[in-house]
Amino acid sequence: MARALIEKRTDWTGIGFAAVLTIVIIFPLLVVGTWAFTNVWRYPSVIPQEFGLKFWQQTLARADVWSSITTSLSLSVTVTLLSCVICLPAAYAFARMEFPARNLLFFSFLAGHAFPKFGLLVAIAGIFLQLNLIATFWGVVLIQLVGTLLFMIWIPVAAFQSVDRRMEEAARDVGAKPFRVFWSITLPQAGPTIAAAVLLSFVGTFYETEGAWLIGAPQIRTLPVLMISFINNQPVIQYGAVLSVILWVPSFAALLFARRIISSGSFARGFGG
Amino acid sequence: MAMLDIQGVTKKFSTTMAVDDFSLTVADGELVCLLGPSGSGKSTLLRMIGGFETPSGGLITIDGDDVTRVPPERRPTGMVFQSHALWTHMNVFNNLAFGLKLRHLPKAEIRQKVEAVLELVGLSGYGSRATTQLSGGQQQRVALARSLVLEPKILLLDEPFASLDQHLRERLREEVRDIQQRLKITTLFVTHGQDEALALADRIVVMRDGHTEQADRPDVVYREPASPFVAGFIGSMNLVDGTIANNVFTHTGFTVPLTAADGQATLAVRPEALHIVPASGVGMAKIHRVTDYGTHAIVDIDLPDGVRLKAMVGEARAWTAGQAINLKPRAFAAYRDNVAIFRSLDNHG
Ligand SMILES: Nc1ncnc2c1ncn2[C@@H]1O[C@H](COP(=O)(O)OP(=O)(O)O)[C@@H](O)[C@H]1O
Ligand SMILES: [Mg+2]
Repeated sequence: MARALIEKRTDWTGIGFAAVLTIVIIFPLLVVGTWAFTNVWRYPSVIPQEFGLKFWQQTLARADVWSSITTSLSLSVTVTLLSCVICLPAAYAFARMEFPARNLLFFSFLAGHAFPKFGLLVAIAGIFLQLNLIATFWGVVLIQLVGTLLFMIWIPVAAFQSVDRRMEEAARDVGAKPFRVFWSITLPQAGPTIAAAVLLSFVGTFYETEGAWLIGAPQIRTLPVLMISFINNQPVIQYGAVLSVILWVPSFAALLFARRIISSGSFARGFGG
Repeated sequence: MAMLDIQGVTKKFSTTMAVDDFSLTVADGELVCLLGPSGSGKSTLLRMIGGFETPSGGLITIDGDDVTRVPPERRPTGMVFQSHALWTHMNVFNNLAFGLKLRHLPKAEIRQKVEAVLELVGLSGYGSRATTQLSGGQQQRVALARSLVLEPKILLLDEPFASLDQHLRERLREEVRDIQQRLKITTLFVTHGQDEALALADRIVVMRDGHTEQADRPDVVYREPASPFVAGFIGSMNLVDGTIANNVFTHTGFTVPLTAADGQATLAVRPEALHIVPASGVGMAKIHRVTDYGTHAIVDIDLPDGVRLKAMVGEARAWTAGQAINLKPRAFAAYRDNVAIFRSLDNHG
């Protein structure tokens, strides 16, 4: 019956969906990608007059581009590592222990995402100004760290909760102390799901602009912030286009990594499947 | 190897009394089955011995050492869970080697011990398998091996074969019995299957609502159940409520002579001990159905008020549905207030 339906009716929802996706994602990506490899492209031509790597050479020759790449990478790595150190034990505690105000605390992580972020950031910026954290590396780390809390707690909590308690007890039974059980049993069992959260955290931090700009400017310039300023200030589109193509790299890396996790089947297992 | 002593152990979960003032001494090398319906506190008791629950009261000692509040990793006990609880991110070898590595044994010794225990459970050469590639029975064997390889003083098994099919369950319990006899390891085996308990145990502890209903050798539990509850739980048993007057038990026309004080009583008689004879006239009861099992037949009997009894007979052909019969129990017991007040002498035969 399902087949008959598909044959008879045109799937307008599906077509609409595909169309919207094409217009808002694939088309802009194509345009930006084309711009990045264009030397000359004047109106009204539909395709560029001259392709080339001229602007890649010019962009990659700039010192501020390289320093922003370094800044972005070190920020993302630092934030992700710190987030792991803070959030994973906290998530374990949320998943396995009962303590006062547990639920209140648990849902408080939502609060940061439930209100307009920019207003919140301005308020935090005010505080940071007094603490001399404005325009410092660690100021940006702190603000981006807050941004990762939600999914670095919520996703691992779900992952830890789906680990079979009997497996942990069996490890205690053969002589493992609680920390060893966490390290050798719980963490590997929850591993694939947690890896997904870490990945999200890294990519999310890499692309984060509001906090990075508000707290970090003008000293700390991440790659996305630099790209925005290029787009805003440069009459030449190609600079921004090249940077945005560079910015695709972490996304692709993340997608490839995610694919490996998913195809190994451990992803579903991590979600308790 | 080891003696386990449980004295007045109690476990209360907020409102439920899971284990209620339970005492038991398990001798060195003995295999005791904890038998009882679901919710009778068997798992809770076992988990307290393994260290996974802390008793609300009482004392647990192993070879005289008080372990009541010792965490599981420091107890000389090994537990096999119903859900095997193998670590799926490790292969079979690493599952078995994990505990040995924690003890900092040399690599060669670990390898040799793991291979020996794999052979013991009949899984030689399975070391490099993923645990998910094993059948249910093999997984339980690995779980057993994981406990045995550490040579625990006390082996604890919580319905280890409950999720397996009948055939496999019977084979595995024989293997467990063989291994247990070979290693002479003190063992506590939880089950809710009476056939498992009868087949395995040196001693059966029948549990009900967190306390011991009876603790005896299997043949004694079978022949002389201490209460109607045990009588009904072990093997198949006819239980009939009635009254005793002038040393005769009566339930609507079904009468049995015995020696006991007057009053209410429950008569317990096993199907194989319920002798039936054709009656001239109405008789005590009527045959409802005859089921032929080849080696024997089971006759379903209706008393006049509809109470159903079962009798085992050798030949199905001798009996027909609707036939009027008389009942002559050859071995039986009578209970009042949960204790036996009479046992026929035949019981011991
Ligand atoms: N962690 C727990 N919290 C609350 N009640 C429990 C817990 N574990 C067991 N119980 C209760 O204790 C009683 C005995 O349970 P259990 O020991 O699992 O019985 P069995 O293994 O004989 O089926 C049951 O009523 C059960 O609901
Ligand atoms: Mg149980």
